[in-house]
Amino acid sequence: MSDDVLVDIEDLHFTYDGRPVLQGINMKIPRGKVVAIMGGSGCGKTTLLRCIGGQLRPSGGRVRLEKHQVCGMSQAELYNLRRRMGMLFQFGALFTDMSVFDNVAFPMREHTDLSEEMIRDLVLMKLEAVGLRGAHKLMPGELSGGMARRVALARALALDPMLVMYDEPFTGLDPIALGVIGQLIRKLNDALGATSIMVTHDIQESLLIVDYIYFLNGGRVVAQGTPDEIRASADPFVHQFVHAEPDGPVHFDYPAPSIRQEFLSGVRHG
Amino acid sequence: MARPADLLRKLGHATVERVWRLGFAARFFWVVLLYSGASFRRLPLTLREIYFSGVLSLIIILVSGLFVGLVLGLQGFEILQRFGSTEALGTLVALSLTRELGPVLAAIFFASRAGSSVTAEIGLMKATEQLKAMDMMAVNPIARVVAPRFWGGVISMPLLAAIFSAMGVLGGWLIGVVFIGVDDGSYWSQMQSSVDFRFDVWNGIVKSFVFGVAVSLIAVFEGYDSVPTAEGVSRAITRTVVTSVLAVLALDFVLTSFMFRGTS
Repeated sequence: MSDDVLVDIEDLHFTYDGRPVLQGINMKIPRGKVVAIMGGSGCGKTTLLRCIGGQLRPSGGRVRLEKHQVCGMSQAELYNLRRRMGMLFQFGALFTDMSVFDNVAFPMREHTDLSEEMIRDLVLMKLEAVGLRGAHKLMPGELSGGMARRVALARALALDPMLVMYDEPFTGLDPIALGVIGQLIRKLNDALGATSIMVTHDIQESLLIVDYIYFLNGGRVVAQGTPDEIRASADPFVHQFVHAEPDGPVHFDYPAPSIRQEFLSGVRHG
Repeated sequence: MARPADLLRKLGHATVERVWRLGFAARFFWVVLLYSGASFRRLPLTLREIYFSGVLSLIIILVSGLFVGLVLGLQGFEILQRFGSTEALGTLVALSLTRELGPVLAAIFFASRAGSSVTAEIGLMKATEQLKAMDMMAVNPIARVVAPRFWGGVISMPLLAAIFSAMGVLGGWLIGVVFIGVDDGSYWSQMQSSVDFRFDVWNGIVKSFVFGVAVSLIAVFEGYDSVPTAEGVSRAITRTVVTSVLAVLALDFVLTSFMFRGTS
């Protein structure tokens, strides 16, 4: 069993500025699967991803990736591990001073001794996989949001990583581009035999492509299951999320004293 | 009632903040030096930055150097004339440029032309998560982005200061010899006999090197440390220029008082 688990998160805590962001997360990400981590904005999804990638040091708990404990690694060990990880950032984070080709070639040039001809073939293959071979000469500024995301995907996959992390891959995309990215994530994960962790709040798209879903709220896992289980779930939080209801376990109002009390007090608070 | 106490608290807070930032900058400097290996092992990285910071600053350095020389020539001639020693014009122009004006003004122009753009570039790379992305690709952004820009600036600065001084000397010659009619031979020979290479020129080069380190460090630090928003980056750019100019002037005073104490 444990060999099938690529990422094992145990009782993970993270505190930022005295405010608890993650409060005891337990998760197992099986090898070869696409797993979504969902939840409202500010529930700690991205923080969790940063902890897995070793960019943030958790205040408690453990993250195990293969045989490695991510927390407490030295910079050199972490960099060794990250060569086998890919990450797609929210808005792509392409290097704006490099062309599409150079962006995808960047990890190869930094980490391998491959010849330029070899790199050229590999880059064109990666770009072909995301349907943008024809765009390799363009600069990032000339790409649409969806295209930039696909180039970033090609770059994240440049070194054939064992683990790919997606930070809000669907944000700000039109429905067509969104569907394209979703299909690509699934297709490339299976083609490369990688494992994918996807942080998102786009429930409908996720239900179509992922194998397993974790729901986060207030820094805790509140629900989990396969897409079918999630669809059928009676859990009030999952129900509110799947059906996009404005009020439920997740409140519409920011915590405040009663409006009567606020009006009567008449004092301005700093 | 609590106003004076509030004021004191704010003052204390601001001071602590400044000192803390200074310490952070010093530690940052150390880390940049530590990760500088790649800047020299992969020379194209640094050469590219020398091009962007140094070569592209040439226009402003050439033009302003020439004009400073022209003004020095005019004012110098006007004053020297009162003492009947206009043949010393070459000495005056060359000494003021190599010792002070060349390094200081070139550093100030360099900070506003190249330092600000380095800060903006690094700040925007941070704001658009490019630095984080690089870090996730197991490429250290300090080694790959910051250090080459730092060394590009450090290498460019003395060269730019030298070019600035040379243009100034040419400007002084243009106004003094060609337009006013100071003797050509005495302009150059007086300059040659009174400007000492080790003492005047070398000290100027040392100065501009120190300024180069200061301005480049401030530029990369402000960019790397900027708040990753549009407002934060614009503030960082302002801070780069203001802090650089103040640092250059303060350092110049310190260096001058050590280098030229009780001589000439």
